[in-house]
Amino acid sequence: MITKENDNQWPLWEVFIQSKSGQPFKHAGSLHAPDGEMALLNARDVYTRRNEGTSIWVVPAKCITASTPEEVGAFFDPAFDKVYRHPTFYDVPEGVKYL
Amino acid sequence: MSTLSAGELEKRFQEKIDANLYIEPKDWMIDKYRHNLIRQISQHAHSEVVGMLPEGNWITRAPNLRRKAALLAKVQDEAGHGLYLYSAAETLGISREELLEQLHTGKAKYSNIFNYPTVTWADIGAIGWLVDGAAIINQVMLQRASYGPYARAMVRICREESFHQRQGFEIMLTLCRGTAEQKEMAQDSLNRWWWPSLMMFGPNDKDSPHSAEMAKWRVKRESNDELRQRFIDRVAPQADFLGIKIPDNHLKWDETKQHYHFGEINWDEFYNVVKGNGPCNRERLNARIKAHEEGKWVRDAAAAFINKRKSKAA
Repeated sequence: MITKENDNQWPLWEVFIQSKSGQPFKHAGSLHAPDGEMALLNARDVYTRRNEGTSIWVVPAKCITASTPEEVGAFFDPAFDKVYRHPTFYDVPEGVKYL
Repeated sequence: MSTLSAGELEKRFQEKIDANLYIEPKDWMIDKYRHNLIRQISQHAHSEVVGMLPEGNWITRAPNLRRKAALLAKVQDEAGHGLYLYSAAETLGISREELLEQLHTGKAKYSNIFNYPTVTWADIGAIGWLVDGAAIINQVMLQRASYGPYARAMVRICREESFHQRQGFEIMLTLCRGTAEQKEMAQDSLNRWWWPSLMMFGPNDKDSPHSAEMAKWRVKRESNDELRQRFIDRVAPQADFLGIKIPDNHLKWDETKQHYHFGEINWDEFYNVVKGNGPCNRERLNARIKAHEEGKWVRDAAAAFINKRKSKAA
């Protein structure tokens, strides 16, 4: 028989893993857990079975504020026309070194 | 929020897919795309989970510690793969609970292959070699599927599965280099698993109901028949190396096509197993439900522990 249980599903956690000391944390996936401590233990078993990490962050998914895909153009627009933020914008005379 | 018409949204959706971009959970998507993906990803997740059952059957009887450790690790990986895929399906707006209920009530399918029994140790070899081999061919394609969370889960799964196929082949090789009885056991296992493995790629292209749409939406980048042919081309020489014979009298290398020619698949058997009449359909589902029910105390204990800790902190 199937019993309806866990009607209040445990909260969703997003898992971020740092592969090596000094590296940035990267999103690895998500999982359900009743609290942060258990989310960490589950994340270890689910996402680092082959030494993929030296450190793990778990973040309640509901705490993440994300940009909206529909507004991607307008949202990132301020950076579109600022080529002078890149080094290739500037002329370097031939023969000048270390620039 | 967007004020674009449905037609315009659909057009942009398809343009994005055609430009090899990825669809993410919050992006607008065609309902049928969402619906088909939930079906496909959950079926894939269920297959990983049910797939633990035929192999779990041999953990306590593995011939030595090395084999036992490898098999345990493989089965644990399958559980992990099920979890990655359930998470990916959930991003499409279905709960874990609903997914499990669909599996347990028989509403959702899992791969037919796991409805066949593992009667000898050689079957563990054949599963790793053939079943994981076939799954990898399919999953390598899916690494570039248009739905971001699915594609990312596939990348992780493919990386982890490369050992699964090797350990299976190693088991077969050890048996084939052993006594006459051991080699016979390997041959018997190949005889039983060969055709069901070919069926894993699904019906022939002309009879595949969802293929055209899923190809248009870049979920399926290659057809069932193309993938099946690739599998046969790779595995046939491996069987030769093992010195055992693939049970197909029509199987032979076609020099002009540069592919193996092979015999007709018994699709009646395939549809019969899909309908629930395979050798182990009932057994698998019952074992799965039993495992879920018997695991209830673990979930309850975890919840009780958290509540206790919360009330102490308060």
